[in-house]
Amino acid sequence: MLKLPVYLDNNATTPCDPRVVETMLPFFTETFGNASSRNHAFGWAAEAAVDLAREQVAALIGADPKEIIFTSGATEADNLALKGVFEMYIDKGNHIITTEIEHKAILDTCKHLEKQGAEITYLKVNSEGLPDLKELEAAITPKTIMVAIMYANNEIGVINPIKEISAIAKRHGVLMMSDITQAAGKIPVDVDRDGIDLAAFSAHKLYGPKGIGALYVRRKSPRVKVTAQLDGGGHERGMRSGTLNVPGIVGFGKACEISLGEMEEEGKRLAVLRDKLENALLQLEESAVNGFRAQRLPHVSNISFRYIEGEALLMGFNKNIAVSSGSACTSASPEPSYVLTSLGLGDDLAHSSIRFGLGRFTTEEEIDYAIKAVTETVNKLREISPLWEMFKEGADMSSIEWSRP
Amino acid sequence: MKKIYFDNAATTALDSNVLDVMLPYMTEKFGNPSSIYSYGRESRLAIETARKSVAKILNAHPGEIFFTSGGTESSNTAIAAAINNLGCRHIISSEIEHHATLHSVEHLHSRDNIRLSNVNLLSNGHVDMEHLRELLAGSKERCLVTLMHANNEIGNLLDMHAVGNLCKEFDAIFHSDTVQTVGHYPFDLRNTPVHFINGSAHKFHGPKGVGILYINENVKITPFIHGGSQERNMRAGTENVYGIVGFAKALEMATAHYEEHSAYINDLRMYMAEQLQQHIPGIGFNGDLHGRSLYTVLNVSFPKTEKSEMLLFNLDINGICASGGSACTSGADAGSHVIRAINSDPNRIAVRFSFSKDNTKEEIDTVVAKLKELI
Repeated sequence: MLKLPVYLDNNATTPCDPRVVETMLPFFTETFGNASSRNHAFGWAAEAAVDLAREQVAALIGADPKEIIFTSGATEADNLALKGVFEMYIDKGNHIITTEIEHKAILDTCKHLEKQGAEITYLKVNSEGLPDLKELEAAITPKTIMVAIMYANNEIGVINPIKEISAIAKRHGVLMMSDITQAAGKIPVDVDRDGIDLAAFSAHKLYGPKGIGALYVRRKSPRVKVTAQLDGGGHERGMRSGTLNVPGIVGFGKACEISLGEMEEEGKRLAVLRDKLENALLQLEESAVNGFRAQRLPHVSNISFRYIEGEALLMGFNKNIAVSSGSACTSASPEPSYVLTSLGLGDDLAHSSIRFGLGRFTTEEEIDYAIKAVTETVNKLREISPLWEMFKEGADMSSIEWSRP
Repeated sequence: MKKIYFDNAATTALDSNVLDVMLPYMTEKFGNPSSIYSYGRESRLAIETARKSVAKILNAHPGEIFFTSGGTESSNTAIAAAINNLGCRHIISSEIEHHATLHSVEHLHSRDNIRLSNVNLLSNGHVDMEHLRELLAGSKERCLVTLMHANNEIGNLLDMHAVGNLCKEFDAIFHSDTVQTVGHYPFDLRNTPVHFINGSAHKFHGPKGVGILYINENVKITPFIHGGSQERNMRAGTENVYGIVGFAKALEMATAHYEEHSAYINDLRMYMAEQLQQHIPGIGFNGDLHGRSLYTVLNVSFPKTEKSEMLLFNLDINGICASGGSACTSGADAGSHVIRAINSDPNRIAVRFSFSKDNTKEEIDTVVAKLKELI
């Protein structure tokens, strides 16, 4: 029996896997100790649980457990990576290279650092969502300390050529940071193979709990250091103070372990469902996929439906299908997606785009329902759209002057 | 062997009633609160309901309550904001603050050349108010006064109103680390002269990983963590919805049972103090046990002997959990910075026993009997 609404926004957040919840439960009420309590059994049990989780989280990305710093989430980890490296390496330089389509956690932190004297290069991306690697290399100066480019984009799912990007960074002695939030647990990420020096991610995007994330910080070749942003008891090797969120960490560890084990099969299953959805919706006239199709996360599809007001589109089926027109962090804002406009979409087309994010609990029945509901809504809206009528009558749509209230 | 947990100032067990209200937000009600469809709105509603409830209990405006990842983040945010946004160039603190405060102010002192003064402490651990007045009066620059409400090791309670009024007189910003008192005492923030306080759910039977920062509506600060418009642009990052729901529920329960629990826990503490005095020669108490003191904490000073040096170790072997100081530093051999600051007697050993509503007199009898045996 189909349960509504169908949730197709797994890039915004995911439900906790029941196996994750089950693993966390004892750490709330029974094994509740403070992991820093070093002189009694409650503390030791909590510490042991954290140690195991640290191994599980590290294993997901091919890291050493000592290279994992737990944080309250990916945003805090992004902040720690950027601010921590900027402060630590200020003697070397003040220049950081990123792209225009990073998550707000990167972009807003970069804007903040600019006020502190940082120079930031925001690389443009092409119409498929990829940066130009020659431009990247040309942007590197003797003052460059870090390249910060996400592994996979949260709105269009396009996967960056991280290995190539990090090779360029390495060649110039520049650190490579990547926000791997959308990729971790979905596609294989390996910090050694991919040449990543710092990586931020969170549990709630991979069926773990909210409120917990991690920053990977490389310890060997090169040994990377960050200046702590939260001072206090010296937890997490002094890089992040604050009582450890033991149940959250345990849940994060379990979620990573499950993802690592099921990633390959699950990726294939989701790609089939995603392709089914995408191919069906591309049957609609004037619909197109945003981003480089050949190099995408298997569970993401961002589609624009030209000549339809995006808000009407969402209103049309949001009661029954939970999707978003972009990042959740900006979805309350009426502005069009900056990711899509960076790809060269006009405001109107950016507004008529929908991100579909499939997940572990998505079924084929739900996809069939979504295909039907989206198709019907698009057709219905176009029936009453004067724009669509003009387009069908062969008007030169580019000559239309838009008046803004 | 049934373990006895007398380390409730380090952390407390989550109350099962709190867990019950949290669980649905992990699985069915999992939406990202920033999403505009029903799953998201449901999460958003839960957060705003929690915020209203917390604000009401503390007698603050909901717009003054910000959810964070915990007490440490809240203290860091408040202290950094006082310097970066509120023009403070001189920090007045004390040597017995929690490390979240101590290390934050040291960092600002060394990195940004912020002046740092420590207020003198009386031998019972209380702040020397005359000295505080002198420091404020003598400062040419705007001051941040950051003094904790209750000390986590010796339990001393600060007179927040007196300090706040003094700060007002000298136009200083006042932050009080209230991690040990939110959920343990009633607050009336509308009538308390303080700019920032912080709370941490896991100190009052709520979940770890969630806290609050109260920011008085008269001060405007910029975010500490960047990257999203959560918490009204003040604290970026997807909200820890189940944690926030748990924070509010734990605070509601603590408030509902305040009279009953505080009297009960204080009885336990005084009973243990009495029993120790009767049965163990040479002991004393650090702090102001019979004066202004947090009812959950009993800091016992034992004469130093070969046996007392091994006390925590031997207590643990016997299933009794206590602490030599703050959990955050309990791995270090440096000893307690708090005890050192108020009483540098090298011939004493300090052990902190801290209680909760779940402890009993029978447990105290067991512990006292064991201590008699061990000493």
